[in-house]
Amino acid sequence: MIAALRCVIVRDLRLAARRSSDVMTVVLFFVIVVSLFPLGIGPEPKLLRTVAPGVLWVAALLASMLALGRVFAADHADGTLEQMMLGATPLGLVVAAKVFAHWLVSGLPLVLISPVLALQFDLSQELLGVLALSLALGTPVLSLIGAIGAALTLGLRGAGTLLSLLVLPLYVPVLIIGAGAAEAAASGLGGHAQLLLLGAMLIFAGAFAPWAAAVALRISVE
Amino acid sequence: MEKDPGIPSLEAADLRCARGERTLFDGLSFALKSGELLRIGGPNGSGKTSLLRIACGLLEPDRGEVRWGGENVRKLREEFWVRLLYIGHANALKDDLTASENLSVACTLAGIVADERRIDEALARLGLAGRENLPARVLSQGQRRRVALARLALGADSPLWVLDEPFTALDAAAIDCVQELISGHVSRGGGVLYTTHYEASIGAAISRRIDLAGS
Repeated sequence: MIAALRCVIVRDLRLAARRSSDVMTVVLFFVIVVSLFPLGIGPEPKLLRTVAPGVLWVAALLASMLALGRVFAADHADGTLEQMMLGATPLGLVVAAKVFAHWLVSGLPLVLISPVLALQFDLSQELLGVLALSLALGTPVLSLIGAIGAALTLGLRGAGTLLSLLVLPLYVPVLIIGAGAAEAAASGLGGHAQLLLLGAMLIFAGAFAPWAAAVALRISVE
Repeated sequence: MEKDPGIPSLEAADLRCARGERTLFDGLSFALKSGELLRIGGPNGSGKTSLLRIACGLLEPDRGEVRWGGENVRKLREEFWVRLLYIGHANALKDDLTASENLSVACTLAGIVADERRIDEALARLGLAGRENLPARVLSQGQRRRVALARLALGADSPLWVLDEPFTALDAAAIDCVQELISGHVSRGGGVLYTTHYEASIGAAISRRIDLAGS
């Protein structure tokens, strides 16, 4: 079972490495969206500092949304998904492995690059840390919730638009708490409460979302 | 040789399947015991693939159930799937992975333990020696089918094989090889359920055929 999960993760990472343009588009999208704000709002340091957490979070959310369609689509099209469903490992665990691999290539790069981008907004060093930490805890939650939506809309016409309509409302709590962490830290409250809440959300989503996505996949494939 | 009663049989009881408004089949029952070969025939669109997907537990029949050793396959889930080897219409290959990587992933997912040497042997058996490290993208349609079917050479431990049109796109030599693999599996006491439009000549002690009428 462990071998199967490792195999799925290694396979997805290998596929991403051989098709690195897919990973690059997500990262570039994130970079460009974040950079548009200072250009649009103007170089007013106080204002930029205030909007920074929200802007980075919304951009990360949209970028991870952009990558979501790919979680299951290719495996569905070439028949691999059927093999996963008829495999020896419970589908929920396979989905968890796939989502983890997906986060490694679409969420983790955003987390790593976010401190650099946040410099454009003149954030203090301490806030950069809190912001990156909130993204590190929050983006996997986005991937997990998104996987349920991606599984539900699999194989439908106009799946991309439908997926965003389905998933974006569910992202709202994560966005509020995630962006709230850096804002709380900026106002001197530390932001620990928000980070702990994000951690709790991650554990909860990690435990349940893969199984929900697995059920949705079985329905979509029938 | 006496049949091992430990190997359960696949039974379909009173199956009904409708696609949209059309009823594909109704009241269909059959049993597949160890050492049997069962071919599903019928014209295009008569529901052969749907029947195989129901037999695997991928698709829920509108009525009736499929049992493995007396229990519904959709309840047994992994317990049944670990004994099943299914090769569908789609080859389940990734263009960016090599033939041996593809086969190795497919085996691991199915719970078949195979090291690199056995993978290469299986590919060689299907006539793909020397092409193990080519990405699937550059393989021809027939060669891609061969990679998918190479799992049969490693699937001796899965008692039940379900094959959807295994001979599509294959040349004569590959068809002979696959027929040999199937008859070998049946003579070992495994069961094979398959569909094909090709008039295959597979050596098996008990070989039956069900024709779906279509409508």
